[in-house]
Amino acid sequence: MERKSKTTGVVAGIIANLVIVEVDGPVAQNEICFIQHPENKLMAEVIKILGKNVYVQVFESTRGLKVGTKVDFEGHLLEVTLGPGILSRNYDGLQNDLDKMDGVFLKRGDYTDPLNREKKWDWRPIAKAGDQVVAGSWLGEVPENGMPHRIMVPFKFKGSYNVKSVVEAGQYTVDNIIAVVTDSEGNDIDLTMVQKWPVKVAVKAYKEKPRPFKLLETGIRTMDTLNPITEGGTGFIPGPFGTGKTVLQHAISKYAEADIVIIAACGERANEVVEIFTEFPELEDPRTGRKLIERTTIIANTSNMPVAAREASVYTAMTLGEYYRSMGLKVLLMADSTSRWAQALREMSNRLEELPGPDAFPMDLTAIITSFYARAGFVYLNNGESGSITFIGTVSPAGGNLKEPVTESTRKAARCFYGLNQSRADSKRYPAIDPIDSYSKYLEYPEVVDYLTENISEDWLDQVMKTKTLLLRGREAMEQINILGDDGVPLEFHERFWNSELIDAVILQQDSFDKIDANCPLERQKYMLEKVLGITDMRFSFETFEDVSGFFKRVINQLKQINYSEWKSEKFATYETELEEIFKERLN
Amino acid sequence: METQAFQKVYTKITNLTKATITLKATDIGYDEMALVAGRMGQVVKIMGEEVVLQIFAGTEGIPTNAEVVFLGRPPQLKVGDQLAGRFFNAFGEPIDGGPEVDGRVIDTGGPSVNPVRRKQPSQLIATGIAGIDLNNSLVTGQKIPFFADPDQPYNQVMANVALRAEADKIILGGMGLSNDDYLYFKNIFDNAGALDRIVSFVNTTDDPPVERLLIPDMALSAAEYFAEEKQQKVLVLLTDMTLFADALSIVSNRMDQIPSKDSMPGSLYSDLARIYEKAVQFPHGGSITIIAVTTLNGGDITHAIPDNTGYITEGQLFLRMDSDVGKVIVDPFRSLSRLKQLVIGKQTREDHPQVMNAAIRLYADAANAKTKQDNGFDLTDYDERTLKFAKEYSEQILAVDINIDTEKMLDTTWDLFQQNFEREEVVVRQEFVDKYWKQ
Repeated sequence: MERKSKTTGVVAGIIANLVIVEVDGPVAQNEICFIQHPENKLMAEVIKILGKNVYVQVFESTRGLKVGTKVDFEGHLLEVTLGPGILSRNYDGLQNDLDKMDGVFLKRGDYTDPLNREKKWDWRPIAKAGDQVVAGSWLGEVPENGMPHRIMVPFKFKGSYNVKSVVEAGQYTVDNIIAVVTDSEGNDIDLTMVQKWPVKVAVKAYKEKPRPFKLLETGIRTMDTLNPITEGGTGFIPGPFGTGKTVLQHAISKYAEADIVIIAACGERANEVVEIFTEFPELEDPRTGRKLIERTTIIANTSNMPVAAREASVYTAMTLGEYYRSMGLKVLLMADSTSRWAQALREMSNRLEELPGPDAFPMDLTAIITSFYARAGFVYLNNGESGSITFIGTVSPAGGNLKEPVTESTRKAARCFYGLNQSRADSKRYPAIDPIDSYSKYLEYPEVVDYLTENISEDWLDQVMKTKTLLLRGREAMEQINILGDDGVPLEFHERFWNSELIDAVILQQDSFDKIDANCPLERQKYMLEKVLGITDMRFSFETFEDVSGFFKRVINQLKQINYSEWKSEKFATYETELEEIFKERLN
Repeated sequence: METQAFQKVYTKITNLTKATITLKATDIGYDEMALVAGRMGQVVKIMGEEVVLQIFAGTEGIPTNAEVVFLGRPPQLKVGDQLAGRFFNAFGEPIDGGPEVDGRVIDTGGPSVNPVRRKQPSQLIATGIAGIDLNNSLVTGQKIPFFADPDQPYNQVMANVALRAEADKIILGGMGLSNDDYLYFKNIFDNAGALDRIVSFVNTTDDPPVERLLIPDMALSAAEYFAEEKQQKVLVLLTDMTLFADALSIVSNRMDQIPSKDSMPGSLYSDLARIYEKAVQFPHGGSITIIAVTTLNGGDITHAIPDNTGYITEGQLFLRMDSDVGKVIVDPFRSLSRLKQLVIGKQTREDHPQVMNAAIRLYADAANAKTKQDNGFDLTDYDERTLKFAKEYSEQILAVDINIDTEKMLDTTWDLFQQNFEREEVVVRQEFVDKYWKQ
């Protein structure tokens, strides 16, 4: 898309943030342009071209814009700037550093540099003169918040290059030349620590993308135990408002076993982002002992920010993820909520007067969502190392109805489904993930099964399946009890129901506001599941159905205390002993 | 009124629909206001020389040769201390017979606060209504609607909340308010001697419905002036947001946009979020808190308006008629304040979260007992006691006509626990039972 002279144009029409520009030269689909509004330049992206008329979506409000205003086309797509210093930054959807902006209110056309150009980084070379390199090859590394930040051959480079020189270890800014490479025609190219990449194009600088096979620990029992997500896996969390989507997402981003966490707050409440700003600098990463904010980058396009930038925000987040994945790191990407992104697509499609699909969403919604989810994944890099992006998006289904286009499209793309259930939320059973409707397709992958068998236990999968069966049988028993009355069913039905209640209370429910219970490592999950399943196998003697509920309530209370106690602490052991005492009263 | 000498006057309207006019004009800015035969209009589309204007009052009687004057500015409001105590229409013009306001002119519908410049909300707003303060505490910088059926006394409850809340300014944005309700607000504010801290922007049912679209921006621009510049605690009341959304759908329909769910425009979420997200806590102490009303159709919260609202706001308050006590109560099950965790037990007494949860759990047990009773099953002694508790709890805590402080709410709840239950049945942390259970 390199051009000798810049294409320019003039504004010919305006409908909200859709602007029609008459151009005098070549333009590309999705090219970026700046509308030269007298007060401030407005950034926009080409979304449709009809002859001389180019339709652009403006990332800002178009208030006061006039026909005849000059437009400059930039000759490139929407790009992000990649380099050390992205971690613990707060960006808007176009990667402007929010902290660098002046004033309390966001100013239109205020574009700030995502990187710190003055800071000196502690450079250590990896490549040496004479090495053959390709896009994504590691040239050297700098420590970024304790993480090795690899400086790579820019992703845009095609073919292979010869390293001519690499600067020696020392202190450099991101703009210092750190290496010189020679292309096949003998031209020398200077490289700095900074590169750019168009957000809507997937970074493919890796050797292969196998099916995900490793479990990604999130510390959340109902996910890890029942429906695990994998490193490089995809999942989505649909749920009506008030069912705890955001709390769950925050919990995952706090405790998941990832090197880097990127949170895209896409069209959601500003106060929720403020909560992350306030809490993450205080909270400790249990694995590294550093503050959580140090491994986190936030892309904030809150619901009151311009709609077109909302669409960009998820792509910006994904591209940052791909950048860190290419360094051999485990990235967790969270987007809350992808429905707002789909709505942004709907607004634009509507203004373009495209024929609508279901619920007025664009016809290609499924394709857009699917190809976005496809960018996640586990990869082997060219140097043999591995990296991953695990992507979890939330969906806010209109009216809580899962038969709406965004949920249905996402279901086709994501491999894990964590459906939040209104009635669970109403009875304060959090996380409100429905244990029966939710699924993880990864449990069907032989490589995942092998991994679980090898790393957890021989019969782990059988236990998980048994748990699911007990939950289902419990639900069926409950339905019978509700129809026939407590006295109308055999005692065994009550036992079945209470066995499922036991699993629900001890394994499924988890208090994300409790210091200890909030994060449950896999070892502890295994221990607790085995303990609970052991109880369901015991044979107790009961006289009446009230005996059954009374007994199980006590057992549940005891096990909850265990959940709240420090792992293998004295208290933990005491509660376990007391539990044994309770059993003795009823054991056959 | 705003026309000046040497302004270009256009007199050739080419197209007319019920709500819009089209004419040829040059050098027009998007969103710009215009006067069309004395009626306010706003630019909604420009195509080359063709400019489409939305006429707020409708186009009835506008001839094709009507005078059109562009004002070269977006909707604006004059802000200053003189706003206090006054009533305005959707254009910011006084409707109380008083003089024009002097002050600085600002554009309404301005930019949003940079999220990194916000502070986490942390100040309790006491309303005296136990169903709110005890179970769904409000916090400055929060946005929360009442989800209410049209026959419920939401405006009265909201007026009470406004008067009791310790706010420096209360800004009323009335959309499609009946004239009776408008006068009710006016009287109650007047009688409370609170007029000097109240600013009202009112569109009554007598006014054209599309004018409503300007009300929230007007109210929130005034709020931003007091909260940001004057560092005051501002409470904004918006009633009724359902009528605002209806006006949005009228306009989008007239502009031939493809409707999405429930005939609402596809941009409904963004349109509502732009308003509600003005709620903010500034680090310097000023804040904007929004309490809104979203009327429901037969209690249906899956309709696009309450549904989108629920995803934006930080909780919702439900009113319900409790036939057992004959009073309107704040429904403890369906109501939720998402920000209450930030203040309860911190700014209120330590036992607040536990007492709140225990009472709601017992109230839920009562609901189950009631179902059992209705289905003809026998009630246990515990069931009977929960039913008695629920009735007293409704009367003394949940009813909207209660006005007590949180300390008293907690004490009353402990009394009710003690009168109806054993200590073990209440399930509150031992240290609180030891401290508050009277010997």
